Amino acid sequence: MTIGLTHYLIVAAIMFVAGLFTMMTKRNAIGILIGVELVLNAATVNLVAFDRYMGPDRLDGQITAIFVIVLAAAEAALAVGICINVYKNLSTVDVDRANSLRG
Amino acid sequence: MTNTKHNLTSCLLRLVVAGGGVLLFSSQAAFASEASGVTNAAAPGGLLEAALFYFVALVAVVSSLGVCFSKDIVRMAVWLFGALGSVAVMYFLLAANFLGAIQLIVYAGGTLILLVFGVMLTSKSPWVKFECPKIEMLFAGIICAALLGCLCIVLTDATWAGTMQVVPGASVEAIGKILITKYLVPFEVAGVLLMIVMVGAAHLARQDD
Repeated sequence: MTIGLTHYLIVAAIMFVAGLFTMMTKRNAIGILIGVELVLNAATVNLVAFDRYMGPDRLDGQITAIFVIVLAAAEAALAVGICINVYKNLSTVDVDRANSLRG
Repeated sequence: MTNTKHNLTSCLLRLVVAGGGVLLFSSQAAFASEASGVTNAAAPGGLLEAALFYFVALVAVVSSLGVCFSKDIVRMAVWLFGALGSVAVMYFLLAANFLGAIQLIVYAGGTLILLVFGVMLTSKSPWVKFECPKIEMLFAGIICAALLGCLCIVLTDATWAGTMQVVPGASVEAIGKILITKYLVPFEVAGVLLMIVMVGAAHLARQDD
């Protein structure tokens, strides 16, 4: 009954696919952002699990996970700013209505 | 009226269920730091660890599915809180104490609040369309199910190159040292990136004409 690497990878795979499905099906820009956060979290779980179970130089995964968290926070801040600007211009965050750059 | 009440009650219930995973972390932190002191790599934890992992994994999976199947953006945020909290507990189980704390501070404390503020500022809209057409949902479901199936098959079949040795957990001191020696350049680049993001966010949020 020991918990191995595969257990963590399976949980992360389920989280990744759930985030992907959220990104594909939601039309609200902030909903899509929530899906992105789920995907990034799944990737980070993978990094830390590999770091724990496999790395001889074991801190590499954790450091990479820290950088992923930094990037995710920066991305969320900018994306929410963009969403609010889109809402100011179009009165909605429906991504199908933000089509003024369509050719 | 009853509908509103019901919604509120179910939201609160889900919040409590999701918060249960997070509340575990304090007891788990002590457990993980105790386990990380053990240098013998043979048996880290045993039954308690397994039970805790299965509980946290259940919370993570249910919260993730809740995120992708709920119809309301605030509920999605609440479910995301459950997923982020259970991921933090998973970090503690993986003896990554520092990352668990960072996860709780940055994600649950910062990113999620930011998302909720975004929801509040953009919620009033004359065009409320949340879901995509059924046919697109069907295609997305097929793609995601196929991807999940492939991933599960590969992950359960794979034999990893290294042996499954469990190394003792790293201290915060070791992380700090490696961050300013081996990873100094990425560290500085991340600092520059954060400054760029700060300037960009201020630029996006400015009130002009």
